[in-house]
Amino acid sequence: MSNTAPSESRRRIYLDYAAATPLSFSARRTMARASRLSGNPSSLHSEGRAARASLEHSRAQIARVLNAAPSEILFTGSGSEADALALRGVAQTRRAQGRHIIISAIEHKAILKTAESLEREGFSITRLMPDTLGRITTSALEAALRPDTILVSIMYANNEIGTVEPIRKLAKVVHASSNHPLFHTDACQAPGSLLVDVQELGVDLMTVNSSKVYGPKGIGALYVRRGIALEPIVGGEQEGGVRGGTESVVLAAGFATALLESEARRPCEAPRLAKLRDLFFTEILARIPDAKVHGPRAERLPNNVHVSIPGIEGESILLLLDAAGIACATGSACNSLDLAPSHVLLAIGEDAGLSHGSVRFSLGRGTRRTHVVRAARELEKIVHYLRGVSALTLSARSRITV
Amino acid sequence: MKKDENKRADVLGESCGLPAVPGSAQAGIPWAYSDVVKEHFFHPQNVLKDGEDFPADGTGIVGSPACGDVMLVAIQVDPKTRRVRACRWRTFGCASAIASTSMMSLMAIEGEGMTLERALRLKPEEIIERLGGLPDRKYHCSVLGHQALREAVRDFLNAHGDGD
Repeated sequence: MSNTAPSESRRRIYLDYAAATPLSFSARRTMARASRLSGNPSSLHSEGRAARASLEHSRAQIARVLNAAPSEILFTGSGSEADALALRGVAQTRRAQGRHIIISAIEHKAILKTAESLEREGFSITRLMPDTLGRITTSALEAALRPDTILVSIMYANNEIGTVEPIRKLAKVVHASSNHPLFHTDACQAPGSLLVDVQELGVDLMTVNSSKVYGPKGIGALYVRRGIALEPIVGGEQEGGVRGGTESVVLAAGFATALLESEARRPCEAPRLAKLRDLFFTEILARIPDAKVHGPRAERLPNNVHVSIPGIEGESILLLLDAAGIACATGSACNSLDLAPSHVLLAIGEDAGLSHGSVRFSLGRGTRRTHVVRAARELEKIVHYLRGVSALTLSARSRITV
Repeated sequence: MKKDENKRADVLGESCGLPAVPGSAQAGIPWAYSDVVKEHFFHPQNVLKDGEDFPADGTGIVGSPACGDVMLVAIQVDPKTRRVRACRWRTFGCASAIASTSMMSLMAIEGEGMTLERALRLKPEEIIERLGGLPDRKYHCSVLGHQALREAVRDFLNAHGDGD
């Protein structure tokens, strides 16, 4: 059995950084300091003004990382909320100009579900299909643009298979269109791995998320280019009247510190992770030659390793790896609440059977070379074990005679 | 070099709050499934091993790779008592699919072996109960286990000319 060696469970190896990152030390320290600020940032008294000062400092830090103005940064409760606000906010304010919105078929559920609900309200949604590596092409986008297109939303990097989309080129195509649609990108997986300069990228709106950059969970931000009006989802006077609710000074402080730190570490960390990622792929393919790599090998997130293993199922792999001390993720239907296989794998044309055997490893700051090698070794053992149980891999040597 | 790397990992480990889960695997953390499911998933019973020669009196296969579950069940039947004498299986699927087939195989052969009539009437609820329950959304996994057994029994009955 793969999970019996006691020495293997001595220390956990966390390889699910794309789902959640641990809170960085500096973010925790900043949050501890900010937690002493008890006032409401909207109050005019000293306590309120102190909270406001901290909040605006955090906003300015985030703006600096994204090369935006502080007034262009809105705090939200999560990346998902920022996505929903971008879609819904633009759709409602621009509905007189048109009712057509373009997204990709491999967006995060926050975009997909919001688009579905807008569709029910009478908007027309085009879902661009990616190629087999998960890439959205400029020609596909050009063909989908219509005179009544008001918004295009394409993710910067795919959270499942790691494909990095050509955001700059896509933004140019959008802005060359006659109806001047807006371009939003969900960049939740990007900070610390990719360039997140909104001027360079040429985006009008961009979502970032604290819990993917070693910041606290429960806060995200939406960059909104100056001059773009958004209809609020939650009414109120905060965040320029676009997002009601008392801002969390503590979470904002932690988020800002963590994002700054991620960006500062990017020049060293991204190439380091890319090297480990490539080693991981090499190790897996050497041990499990029929494992299938999803997404491109080069134009992908430096921390994303995604494979499907024929004949076995992902939740089983995940639980056995967990028992061996390794945390990963799977696109298998059995691991999802709706029991549907990953929409991303289906969109890139993966066959449903193989999509059940998908495993995603995402690397991060705590990942070392030894972790990657050990994970590949454990994976090999688990694959061997599960194939010895699977009905799809029954060896020709076994004979069931009737 | 090695020492240096370890030191760095320790420093980061502390500063990033790693490891997220202290101590050995799952210490004090509730598992997603019952202990019985866990036991059968980690140590499944009556698996048809690669290379094993199992002369079967009846076989059944249900499910599809696209749906994420495929179960194959082979049985040997005592011709006199018409009870299941031995049962082997293979399952492609999630932890509860593997555990429920394992439990089903155990139920089929325990005691003097299950009668064919009983095997045809085996309900998924009985397997789930023996497993100590399954999460609601995992219900369909064990629904396949009893179906595969039923197919195997029917296969036997057909071969012996007393199928319906």
